[in-house]
Amino acid sequence: MLHTVNKSPTERNALESCLKHLAKGAAVLLMEDGVYGALKGTTTTKTVEQALKSYPIYALYPDIEARGMQDRVIDGIKLVDYSGFVDLVAEHANVQAWL
Amino acid sequence: MTEATGGIEMEEDTSGKIKKFLYVNRKAPYGTIYALESLEVVLIAAAFDQDVSLAFLDDGVYQVVKGQHTKGIDVKNFSPTYRALEGYDIEKLFVEKESMEARGLKEDDFIVPVKVVNAQEMADLMQSQDVIFSF
Repeated sequence: MLHTVNKSPTERNALESCLKHLAKGAAVLLMEDGVYGALKGTTTTKTVEQALKSYPIYALYPDIEARGMQDRVIDGIKLVDYSGFVDLVAEHANVQAWL
Repeated sequence: MTEATGGIEMEEDTSGKIKKFLYVNRKAPYGTIYALESLEVVLIAAAFDQDVSLAFLDDGVYQVVKGQHTKGIDVKNFSPTYRALEGYDIEKLFVEKESMEARGLKEDDFIVPVKVVNAQEMADLMQSQDVIFSF
């Protein structure tokens, strides 16, 4: 299952809830305001780093760059472009969007 | 001398009492339209010669982070506009310290000079206004 999160973790609890519901084979893609969940030094960094030990986490680079966050991404989070986004969708049997 | 203006008193009491206007920004840019809309309203209001302040708190602090490049998402990068506000005599920009620190940001991460204030000071600023616009 590919889980997508498009809300800021300091605005909604979508990321927090998503990370609590990951199962075997899950991957997480952070996009739009969801990319604020990919950052170092924030109040949600620890939770994300913890999840990163068990599941791959991706962030959509154009959204990172738009927000000026290019130098702040947690090590280990993989950056993808739009075609990488398409690949992720194709690789997983299902997509669950956390809105 | 109202003939030239067709009888309209141009210098009439539009000045009145100058009011204190505070624009409260609490949303990240791009994910929603709030940040851009706030900026549009601030620019309109600039024409009315009021005492304008901008507050950035919660995710709103992300609006004024420097280094934004929006080509990849095909959306207008409006962050340089914050630098143009000075030209409209809008120079009072406040960032809440707690919000900034919770997001791993520092004072030199911002695209414009801002005054960093704590939540209590922000509360006092809000309390001292005549009009508050919330975004």
